[in-house]
Amino acid sequence: MARIGVFVCHCGENISRTVDCAKVSATLKDHPGVVVSQDYKYMCSDPGQTLIKQAIEEHDLTGVVVAACSPHMHEKTFRRAASQAGLNPFVVEMANIREQCSWVHEAGPETDAKAIEIVGTIVEKVKNNVPLETIHIPVTKRALVIGGGIAGIQAALDIADGGAEVVLVEKEPSIGGHMSQLSETFPTLDCSQCILTPRMVEVYQHPRITLHSYSEVESVEGYIGNFHVTVRKKARSVDEDLCTGCGDCQAACPSRKIPSEFDAGLGMRSAIYVPFPQAVPNIPVLDRENCTLFKGRAKGREKDLCGKCKESCLRSAIDYEQEDTLIDEKVGAIVIATGFKLYSVGREQPEGLKGYAEYNYGEIPDVISGLQFERLASASGPTGGQIVRPSDGKVPKKIVFLQCIGSRDPEKGISYCSKICCMYAAKHTMLYRHKVHDGEATVFYMDIRSAGKGYEEFVRRAIEEDGANYIRGRVSRMYRDGETVKVVGYDTLAGETAIFDADMVVLCTAMRPHKGNKNLGRKLSVTYDQYGFISSAHPKLRPVETTTAGVFVAGACMSPSDIPDSIASASAAASKVLGMFSGDELEREPTVAVVNERTCIGCFNCERVCPYGAIEHIDVCNRENEVCGHVARVLPGVCQGCGTCVATCPSKSVELQGFTDEQIFAEINALLTW
Amino acid sequence: MSLGYYPGCSLHGTAREFDESMRAVTDALDIEMTEIDNWSCCGASSAHSASHLLGVALAARNLALAEAEGRDAVVAPCAACFSRLATARHELLENEELAASLPDILERPFENTVEVLNVVQLLLEYDERIRERVAQSPVFSAVGQMKVAAYYGCLLVRPVGVAGADDIEVPTTMEQVATACGAQPVTWNMAVECCGGSLSMSRTSSVVRLGRAIIDDARRAGADALLVACPMCHANLDFRQVARTEDGDALPVLYLTQLVGLALGIDPETLGMHRHFVDTSPLMAELAERAKAAEAAATAKASARNGSVV
Repeated sequence: MARIGVFVCHCGENISRTVDCAKVSATLKDHPGVVVSQDYKYMCSDPGQTLIKQAIEEHDLTGVVVAACSPHMHEKTFRRAASQAGLNPFVVEMANIREQCSWVHEAGPETDAKAIEIVGTIVEKVKNNVPLETIHIPVTKRALVIGGGIAGIQAALDIADGGAEVVLVEKEPSIGGHMSQLSETFPTLDCSQCILTPRMVEVYQHPRITLHSYSEVESVEGYIGNFHVTVRKKARSVDEDLCTGCGDCQAACPSRKIPSEFDAGLGMRSAIYVPFPQAVPNIPVLDRENCTLFKGRAKGREKDLCGKCKESCLRSAIDYEQEDTLIDEKVGAIVIATGFKLYSVGREQPEGLKGYAEYNYGEIPDVISGLQFERLASASGPTGGQIVRPSDGKVPKKIVFLQCIGSRDPEKGISYCSKICCMYAAKHTMLYRHKVHDGEATVFYMDIRSAGKGYEEFVRRAIEEDGANYIRGRVSRMYRDGETVKVVGYDTLAGETAIFDADMVVLCTAMRPHKGNKNLGRKLSVTYDQYGFISSAHPKLRPVETTTAGVFVAGACMSPSDIPDSIASASAAASKVLGMFSGDELEREPTVAVVNERTCIGCFNCERVCPYGAIEHIDVCNRENEVCGHVARVLPGVCQGCGTCVATCPSKSVELQGFTDEQIFAEINALLTW
Repeated sequence: MSLGYYPGCSLHGTAREFDESMRAVTDALDIEMTEIDNWSCCGASSAHSASHLLGVALAARNLALAEAEGRDAVVAPCAACFSRLATARHELLENEELAASLPDILERPFENTVEVLNVVQLLLEYDERIRERVAQSPVFSAVGQMKVAAYYGCLLVRPVGVAGADDIEVPTTMEQVATACGAQPVTWNMAVECCGGSLSMSRTSSVVRLGRAIIDDARRAGADALLVACPMCHANLDFRQVARTEDGDALPVLYLTQLVGLALGIDPETLGMHRHFVDTSPLMAELAERAKAAEAAATAKASARNGSVV
């Protein structure tokens, strides 16, 4: 026989201003199964909770209904209080008479009646509640970090320094990401490589970090605490154990005219190459698409056309026959840190985006992207840090910077602000003026967005001390005019056209997500936004968690972010991982789906609709112990309790604990028979 | 497709050669096109500034007439007429209330079913046919030697979503038609710059300055002629540049339909080539010379090759 206690909260005046709480309490006292009903000004306060605890002991309650706010607000509070009094926390439910009643209605008998109905239905539900036990999941204290840019490096180091093992997967030949390409960083103008490369070496030498460079995540199975990851290690054509990184093979390679990805196309590299001198690991990779030997093999030549690198290698580390290998790793948590790529400016664009044909990017060599400017300004760049024009090598005396290229323009398909461009454009003007003292730097901007510690001061410094000329407006057209680039813009503050004969133009292009994000998102059951950026579980309260338990996210793969933001989110993700790893087992709320394996018909509709990949196949055996069929089982560690499988199951074999059909129907019946 | 023809006032007046070449070209390409009976003013360029409703209704009247004649589409060669008709159609598709009020105002039924095309869009639909017909004429033709700067101006590409251009900043549709004709479009920078429009009367000096920039850039890019599809652009670039003919610096300005007509072998007089202020005959003579020279060079090369084989 149910013995329910009802506790009506005034929430200060939040509820009692419109709902007659005493009346609600008194009415519920006569409800079948209710043995005690009380109202109180602040039920969530210490005396309020004590009131509930005393009632539980005094009346030997089998269930508790707290008529107050939303379960999101205080369900945990009251369940904790009840369990302190010896009651199973899952027989405590909230009746929401605040958000769903007092806040949205005027005072009056109808409002009171609605409050009474709400509480009554929950009482009927609680009569059907059963005690549930918290789920315990074992956890593998080892983390996978996907992406070896600054975010991935930071996350890997923080987790490893915290005592757990880390597997770091990077798809490029070296870790370091975009940050390794930058010259100096805002707002302090410290050299990017100087602060990054020691961290890269630290990763390489860390006893608890396993680095898989030139590798990609092939597949992910399992669930929080227990992921099985397959990593594809792409064929480098170089034996990593034998190679000493001497560089002889690079020097011997005859194909030397391949645009360097690291130099954003401004420099050249050989077919076998280390992307940059400080690369980690310092092991070359053979670019088979551009290698004479492999091009010959692809065309079916029987005799190899080249072999210079192999001949030059004293350690015999070059292996043309090397193939991709698959590595299995067991991890408990995953951090996605895949970073970003840049919007390409030309007419040709991927689906959903539009380009700027009117800027003639790609046609005029002196119209370059912000990343290309970084390479020009970088001491490790193709010009050794000299800012010169790609077309003729002359020092540009007038540079025009255009902000918001692609970004903040729904017409081009990107509505968001790329966030970093205001700052790096200001930085570029400074770097330029520091190197070319008589140079003129002009910036076309929409708005200057310089929120961040020391950021606004940095922009003012660019304008006031380094004389950058800021023009508020957009550029409609650029074309080659003799040796210069004609920049036709409009100054919206002066209300007149602003036309420049620039020696060089730098386009501050939007940050975009990697196109691999969507694929990775599907592998990990992680959601992404319309652009392909990985979504957080909650934009404010759970910024580095994803919709899949045990999968975290850091850096610019979430949204455009600068270096400090990326590092902050990486450390946040690492602390979440370490928190997860702090116990031997994970605790989960038991509001998950459960399959009745005796009635399951094994159609696996549930598996098809489950957004979290929480369904596994269980063998059914006959008396001879032979497998004769399969039924579904829900992995309690993965299930998020959404209930989609319950709605889909044709044989009604799935129930969501805490929200069973019995409980829901009891609520509905209560409403109908009121 | 049943095609209606809306010439508008310009094509019956100052842009007579546009009308003449339009009719000649559609004839030669077997495009059946019927002038809307009893058509009236499209509203350009002042009605919509005086009254929004008047601007829409004047254009809609012509669309209603075409609809009653059973047309699927109307071609309006004048870019201003095209813009008015297309804008009215677009707006009435968006604004149901306004559309519902029109039958009463026009005193005739109006369902807004007729599509509006400009001359570039129409010719682009027939570019295969143009290619086929051009292929039948001699390999070394005057048009084949002609370097053209395709000039769009504003109304053929704007506003976005109404004019239906392939790219509002760097359109390529006129170039595609010119290429189908065998002409050689040049890469230049002023294709969508302003010609001065209707300031032609009130601020002539501005129009001359703007036109000069356009013509200078076309010349710099190596163009023999400008290609237009708008009577206003033509007036500003042809008539307003007449002062330059004295120093021999003027550039012939052809309608797109004239280029297509020449490529199809239609006689220049039928196309109204003699009606331009900037004389086109020296250019045509030079192009004929160039064609002859190119043919001679090709023959010489071919015979030299044959000789060496023998």
